Amino acid sequence: MRLNFRLKLGIIILLILTIGSFVLPIFTDVNPSEQGTYFKNMPISRDHPLGTNSIGQDIFWYLVFSLRNSLVLGVGVSFFAVILSLLLGLSSGYIGGVYDRVIMLVTDSFIAIPSFPILIVLGTLIRGQTSFWYLGTVLVIFGWAWNARTVRSMALSLREREFINTARFSGSNTLEILLQEIFPYVYAYLIVGFINSILFVINTEAALAVIGLSNVEVPTLGSIIFWALNYNAMFIGQYMWIVAPVVTTVLLFLGLFLTSTGYNQLFATRRGHS
Amino acid sequence: MIRLNQLVATYTTVRGTVKAVDGVDLEIPSGNIVGIAGESGCGKTTLLKVIYGDLVYPLALDSGGVDYVFADDDRQEVTTETIQQYWFKRISYIPQSSMSSLNPVVKIRKQFVDFLEPKANKEETLDRVRQFIRQLDLPAEALDSYPHQLSGGMRQRMMVALATFFQPDIILADEPTTALDVVVQKGILLLLVRLQRQMQNTVLFVSHDMGVHYQISHRMLIMYAAKAVEFGESAEVFSAPLHPYTRMLIDSLPNIGDDHMRQGVSGRPPSLWDDLRGCRFAARCPLATQRCRDEEPAFIEHRPNHFAACHYAGDELPKVEPSA
Amino acid sequence: MKLLQYLGSRFVAYIAVLFIGVTITFFLPRLMPSDPIEGYIAQMQNQAGQTITPEAMDELRVQLRRLYGLEGSLVEQYINYINKVVLQFDFGPSLYSYPRPVAEFIWTALPWTLGLLGVSIVISWIIGNFIGLLAGFFHNSRFATTLEVVGVVIYPIPYYILALLLILQFAYIWQWFPLSTTIRPGPLTWEKVNAIIYNSFLPAMTLIIAGFGWNILSMKALAFATKEEPYVVFARLKGVKPRRIMTRYVFRNATLPQITALALSIGTIFNGALLTEILFSYPGLGLLMRTAIGSGDFNLMYGTIIVSIVSVATAAFFIDLIYPLIDPRIRLR
Repeated sequence: MRLNFRLKLGIIILLILTIGSFVLPIFTDVNPSEQGTYFKNMPISRDHPLGTNSIGQDIFWYLVFSLRNSLVLGVGVSFFAVILSLLLGLSSGYIGGVYDRVIMLVTDSFIAIPSFPILIVLGTLIRGQTSFWYLGTVLVIFGWAWNARTVRSMALSLREREFINTARFSGSNTLEILLQEIFPYVYAYLIVGFINSILFVINTEAALAVIGLSNVEVPTLGSIIFWALNYNAMFIGQYMWIVAPVVTTVLLFLGLFLTSTGYNQLFATRRGHS
Repeated sequence: MIRLNQLVATYTTVRGTVKAVDGVDLEIPSGNIVGIAGESGCGKTTLLKVIYGDLVYPLALDSGGVDYVFADDDRQEVTTETIQQYWFKRISYIPQSSMSSLNPVVKIRKQFVDFLEPKANKEETLDRVRQFIRQLDLPAEALDSYPHQLSGGMRQRMMVALATFFQPDIILADEPTTALDVVVQKGILLLLVRLQRQMQNTVLFVSHDMGVHYQISHRMLIMYAAKAVEFGESAEVFSAPLHPYTRMLIDSLPNIGDDHMRQGVSGRPPSLWDDLRGCRFAARCPLATQRCRDEEPAFIEHRPNHFAACHYAGDELPKVEPSA
Repeated sequence: MKLLQYLGSRFVAYIAVLFIGVTITFFLPRLMPSDPIEGYIAQMQNQAGQTITPEAMDELRVQLRRLYGLEGSLVEQYINYINKVVLQFDFGPSLYSYPRPVAEFIWTALPWTLGLLGVSIVISWIIGNFIGLLAGFFHNSRFATTLEVVGVVIYPIPYYILALLLILQFAYIWQWFPLSTTIRPGPLTWEKVNAIIYNSFLPAMTLIIAGFGWNILSMKALAFATKEEPYVVFARLKGVKPRRIMTRYVFRNATLPQITALALSIGTIFNGALLTEILFSYPGLGLLMRTAIGSGDFNLMYGTIIVSIVSVATAAFFIDLIYPLIDPRIRLR
C-alpha cells in the first residue's frame, strides 16, 4: 500500500534528525558543553555552521549532542512506559471485573494528576545531582497511563470477538490468548503510543530543563534553551542560540506527530480494507 | 403515479463506476403498497435513493429519470433534481436503521418540526402531531422525551408517525422492521397498512422477506442484479410468477404444516463489474438455454399489468429431486 | 438512578485522583536516593562556612526533620501529612518569609492562575472546536484541509516554545506587550483591569494557541465520524438545512466526547500553565512554585503542589458534574 503523505513526511524528518544526531558526533572529539572552546559570539561560518555563543560553545555541535541525548532519553523511557501500559492495559481489558475497575481508576488518576508540580519538587530536591536514571524512572511513572487506556479499550473490544472465544474453548490459557490472539492487534496501537510517549518524555524533560530543574549540565533540547535564557541570548542579539533549538524542537515534534498520526491513518485504512 | 424512465444509476468507486440500477423502466400506480424484493446488492436500496432524489456522491443518476405525477399538482414538473423541496411533505422516508435515526441528545418534539420553514407555526403543528400520535398508540408525552426513553417499538412508531404526519403522496420504507423482534414487527406492519388505507398514499416497501411482502404488498417488484425482472399484482405474482427467479424466491418461503426441506436459491448473483451479456440470471436458472446466455430478455407485459424479463416467462420449472 | 450512579462513580474518581496525587507527592521524595535535609544542610554549611558548630548542626537537623514531618515511622508521617496538609490545608509558615503562613501566599496567587486558565481554556475550547467542526463538516473543501494543517502544525509545539516565540515576536521585536508581568497592588479599578488584561495577554495567548491544535484535530475527527451517524443522514433526508445539521446534529453530539476529554486533560493544560507563568513571571501558582524552589522554601513548595492537585481534580470533577446537563442519556432514566 502507498504510504500516505503525513507518514512519509514524518519519517523523513525523523530519519534526518536521528541519523544526523547519532552519526555526526562520531566525527568530532569536541566536548560541546565545555565553555570557552572557541572564541565568543562568532558569526555563522564554515567551521561553525550556526556560529558560537557568548560562552564560547559551538551552537551547532551543542545542538547535535542535545538532540541525541533527548532522543536517547525519549526512546529509553518510552520503551519501559509502553511495556508497563501494555501489561496493565491488556490484563485490565482481558480480565475485567473489579481488577479492571481498580486499574482504570488508577490509570485515569495518573492522567488527571498534574505531573509537572510533582516533577518540579523532585527536580528541586535532587538539584545538581539529577541523574537521568532517576528522572527517567519518574517519567515512566507519569508516562504510561494514556497508552494503557487505549490498549485496554482495544483488548476489551477484542475479547468479545469470535476467534478469541474459539481460542478459549480450544484450551489456550489466558497468557497464550493475550500473546497470540490479542497482541498482534494491539501492536499497531503500541507503535503510535510509543511515538506519542517519546513526544511526552522529550517535552517534559525539556520543560523542566528550561526552568533549570533537569540536569542542565547535560546537553538536551531543554538545557540549551535554559543556557540561552540564562545568558540573555535575546538581549545580546544571540538569536541563533535560541532560534536554532526552537526550530529543531518544533521540527522534531512535528516529525514525531506526523509519523504517529500518519501511521494511525495507514493502519486504519488497512483494517478497513481487510 | 410514479414513472421510472429507463433509470440508470451509478456508483463511483476507486475501481471506476458501476451501474447499481441498470435500465429500470416501469409505471407505479398511486395508492398501492409496492413490495420490492431481491437479494442484497440487487439495487433495491439504490432504486429507493434515486426515487427519493438523494443523489449524493458516490451515487449519481446516469441517464433516464423519474416523473412524480402528484395527485393535485399536475402543472409543476417535479424531477429527481427538484424533489428535495418536497421531502417529508409529499415524499417521505422510513430508514433501515431507524433505531439509531433519531438524534439522541435532542427531544423528539424538536426533531419532528426542524425541517419545516422557519416561518411555519411550529407550536400549532406540534399540537396536531400530539393528536396524531395518539392514533398510533403512542402516548402524547412521547413527543417530549428523548429517544433513549422510548422502547425500540415506540421509536419505530415515532418514525412511522414522522413519515406519515404530513400525509405525503409517496412513502419509501427501506427494511423498516428488520431490526425489531417479530411481535413488534407485526404491530408496525399493521400500523403501516392501516395508515396507507386511510391516506391512500403510495408506499414503496423494500424487504428481502417474501413472507412480509405476501402479507402487505399490493404489487410486487422483483429485482435481480440491478434490473427489474418482474412486476405485477401481488396475488398474481405469488400464485403464478412469470420469472424463474421469482418462483425460486417464493419456493424458499416456508408454509405452515409443510415439512419438506425448503428449496433455497442456490448460487450467487453475478458481479456487476463483469461484462454482463444475455440474461443475468442465466447462470443460476434451471431453464437457461444458449439463447438466454446470448440475448438479453426484454421487460415486457406478458399478462395484463404483469411484466417480466424472461424468454421463457411462465414456463414450469423442472422438478428438483430431493437430495438424499 | 443512572444519574446517581454516574455522580457516584465520578466522585470516587475525584477522590482517587486526590489520594493518588497526594500519596505520590508524599512518597516520591522519601524514596529518593539523596536526603533532602542533608542536601539543605550541606548547602547552608557552604554558605555559612565554619560558623555553625556541629551541635547547632544536629539541632537544626532535628528541627528540620520535625518541620518537614520526617519524624516517626513512614506510616505515622503519612497520616500526619494527610491530616495536616489535605484535611486542614495547613502548610505551616513560609520558611523564607518566616513567619507569614504559606496559605497567605497561595490565596494571593491562586486567583491569578485560575483566572488565566479559566479564560484561556474557555476561549481555546470554543474557537478550537468551532474550527474543528467546520473542518470536519466540510471535510472535502480546500479550506477544511487548510484548517487541519493549522491544527497539525500547532498541536505538537510545546508550551515553552510557544511562550518563547510570543515573547520574541510581541514583547522583544515589536514591543507591543511587556516582557514580564508587573501589576501594582491596590484596589480594583478600570486602570487595574486594563493593566491585568495587558499583562496577561501573552500568557493567555500561549495557552489558547497551545489548546487550539488539540481541539481542532480532535473535533475534526469527531465531526467527521458523527456525520456518518444514521441520525445525521436521516436529518439530511428529512430536509433539515445544512447549518442546523451542523449545529443541532453534528456539534451537539460530537461535543460530548470533547467535554469528557477536557476533564481528563485539565492536568496537562495546568502543567503548561505553570511553565507559561514561570516564563512570563506571571504572579500565579507557577511563579510561586518557582520562588519556593529558588529560596528552598519547602513548606511553600508543598503548599503550591497540594493546591495544584486539588484545583485540577476539582476542576475536572466540576466538568464531570456539568456533563449530565448536556447528555440527557445520563440525566434521565
